[in-house]
Amino acid sequence: MDSATPKYEYGLLKFGTLLTIIVFIAGTTIGTYAASELAWPFLNFDIPELTFGRLRVVHTNTIVIAFGGLALFVTSLYSVQRTNSNRLWCVPCAWASALLLVGSIVGGIIGIAFGLSQAREYHEMEWIFDVGIAVGWLLWTMVFVMTIATRDKEKVPHVYVSNWFYLALLIAVTYLFLVNGLALPVTWYKSYSLYSGVQDAMIQWWWGHNAVGFFLTAGFLGMMYYFVPKQAQRPVYSYRLSVIHFWALIFGYVWLGAHHLQYTAVPDWTGSLGAVISLAMIIPSWGGALNGMLTLSGAWDRLRTDYILRFLIMALAFYAMSTFEGPVMSSKTVNALSHYTDWTIGHVHSGALGWVAMVAIGSLYHMVMKMWNTEMYSMKLINWHFWLHTLGTVLYIVAMWVSGIMQGLMWRAYDEYGVLAYTFAESVAAMHPYYVMRAMGGVLVVLGGLVMLYNVVMTLATIKSRQPAAAAA
Amino acid sequence: MADHNEQPKNLQEKLERNIFGLFLATAFMVSIAGIVEIVPLFYLKSAVDYTERTDQWGNLKNEKFPELVWERHFKMENGKLVADKRLYYKDKNGNWKSDWKPGDGVRPYTPLELAGRDIYQREGCMYCHSQMIRPFRDERERYGHYSLATESIYDHPFQWGSKRTGPDLARLGGKYSDEWHKLHLMRPQDMVPESVMPAYPWLAEQCITDQYVGRMKVGKRDMKARLEVMRKLRVPYTDEEIELADEYLRTYGNPNPDKKCTTELDALVAYLQVLGTMTKLDDSKVYRE
Repeated sequence: MDSATPKYEYGLLKFGTLLTIIVFIAGTTIGTYAASELAWPFLNFDIPELTFGRLRVVHTNTIVIAFGGLALFVTSLYSVQRTNSNRLWCVPCAWASALLLVGSIVGGIIGIAFGLSQAREYHEMEWIFDVGIAVGWLLWTMVFVMTIATRDKEKVPHVYVSNWFYLALLIAVTYLFLVNGLALPVTWYKSYSLYSGVQDAMIQWWWGHNAVGFFLTAGFLGMMYYFVPKQAQRPVYSYRLSVIHFWALIFGYVWLGAHHLQYTAVPDWTGSLGAVISLAMIIPSWGGALNGMLTLSGAWDRLRTDYILRFLIMALAFYAMSTFEGPVMSSKTVNALSHYTDWTIGHVHSGALGWVAMVAIGSLYHMVMKMWNTEMYSMKLINWHFWLHTLGTVLYIVAMWVSGIMQGLMWRAYDEYGVLAYTFAESVAAMHPYYVMRAMGGVLVVLGGLVMLYNVVMTLATIKSRQPAAAAA
Repeated sequence: MADHNEQPKNLQEKLERNIFGLFLATAFMVSIAGIVEIVPLFYLKSAVDYTERTDQWGNLKNEKFPELVWERHFKMENGKLVADKRLYYKDKNGNWKSDWKPGDGVRPYTPLELAGRDIYQREGCMYCHSQMIRPFRDERERYGHYSLATESIYDHPFQWGSKRTGPDLARLGGKYSDEWHKLHLMRPQDMVPESVMPAYPWLAEQCITDQYVGRMKVGKRDMKARLEVMRKLRVPYTDEEIELADEYLRTYGNPNPDKKCTTELDALVAYLQVLGTMTKLDDSKVYRE
């Protein structure tokens, strides 16, 4: 290697890291606003772009696709360099990929606010933005794979486990996205899905659940497998466990979409198959959670002092909880009650706020310190962030558990004369306090995000004062 | 690892050393579920209540439950695709007529309903309203007969939804008057005080014949092009129906189109009013095993 070139490429990733934090704040702010609309409908203000039907979709896309995607993009390209001891393959390709992805996703999200939506959950952006995303995605995949392929095989013979998970994410999402996204365009801003009815439902949820399974799980497990051992300064607890749970997880997750369609017009066997595999998925999911947590064996005391590690370990706790809750909810008996209610929303957020956001936040703090080669401006503020975020998440989940189960029970309640006990409107009115509580949980999460942004900005602003000390490290 | 120059001991080790091998193995593992769960839905007759397509244009028949579908037959006549029954046509006096009536079975949407459905998609109605009634006693009493696959066979995309912040709409058609729906969409809390639904006043201000992106008018809504795309997706429209699509959208239910346009609100209500009214289901039959 030319001695003038630094070993790792961080320029793009530094931009990406800051952008990820900003997008997190934007996405959670929009989510909190949308949640407040359900508590106080006047907040819709008769403005089309602000109405709940559009804003909810703007929120989910900003969080899942934009925040999740960015977090995966920067962490994957950071860790793939470090685990392969290799500079990023084709830096311009990585830049092109980033610009295409960010441009298409921002365009797609603005499009949704302006009323351009395919109205298929978690794949709303119109076809023209899909094309941009697909090209950007393939470029990302190429850069990732080639960075591994061009490693020094003498020095690094094995591909490290975090890379397997990122690879699974890149492959699975490519083909889920392409199959699910097939549509016939009418104009540049309007298309109709290639599929209809039952087939459309199954294909859309096959994608929809794997936006969770690969985007928000496999990819983030890759993140976990790199950043937890790094931050804990210990090797992964069990190599064997990671092999087993990797193959079981990527094989199993793809089946689960069908559990979103229990008791619908999709044939019964499909939903049952989805539910059975969902139950079995507890094992690989907990395999991963345990593998991460037990990495701390013998170093648990570090949780007292290392607030970044707290984020990572709390993320694993939420991961374990929501991967237990998920299979329970997919069983037919529970699903009959929970489906169509807020319980589902609570479940998603225990995954998104508890697992995805926390593991990403921990990793981002770690990367800021490494890439800029500095300590954080304030460790205390990280602790503040941790508690704001955790409390916000718990408040959110508990509100949705109560409201969800209450909704489900009210809808099916009969009075002593054998007629329905409640009108639908009564169930809506009963939700109000929980919708307020949920919005408050959202506010805490947003505040946490702002604390993080402040801390990172101050870290960069005051970097010179700490640099001499860090240079020795 | 100390032994890294030794030969790989097993398949896992081989894959770990060869990123392209790992790539292929992973791609294979994630493909299986889709093949098992999705592919059969395209050919199993039981997946769509034994409804079958009778031609390349997507016309339907159902021998087991004939009441589910509006059976019609297409043929080429003088280079034009025509049908034995017409979804809509103009009579001698210039009035819109149809050979279909509610309960005759599942049929393609009229241009006005389809345009209303586009509005439904644009506004994201399905994120709060499902269109999929499950086979439970309480849902039957609240919403009606459980939904059947055939009822959404022409729905590109499906709009079953996954959340009921508001009630299910699968069988909403005919339950309220058009006037009720318009008042409700203009200000939901006037009709249902507990409602948390947003108001949609702009629907009454925008002509359905115009196409908007955000607040910007980008041209005319091209209904003919939309029906043509639908026919490519095997939703059967005749040549005449496609030719008349834009005129139908402009004039149906609006005798004085020059004075006041048919609005997006009218179109959305037309769509809401057809939901669940196409088929008349027989309570004595078991449609789903």
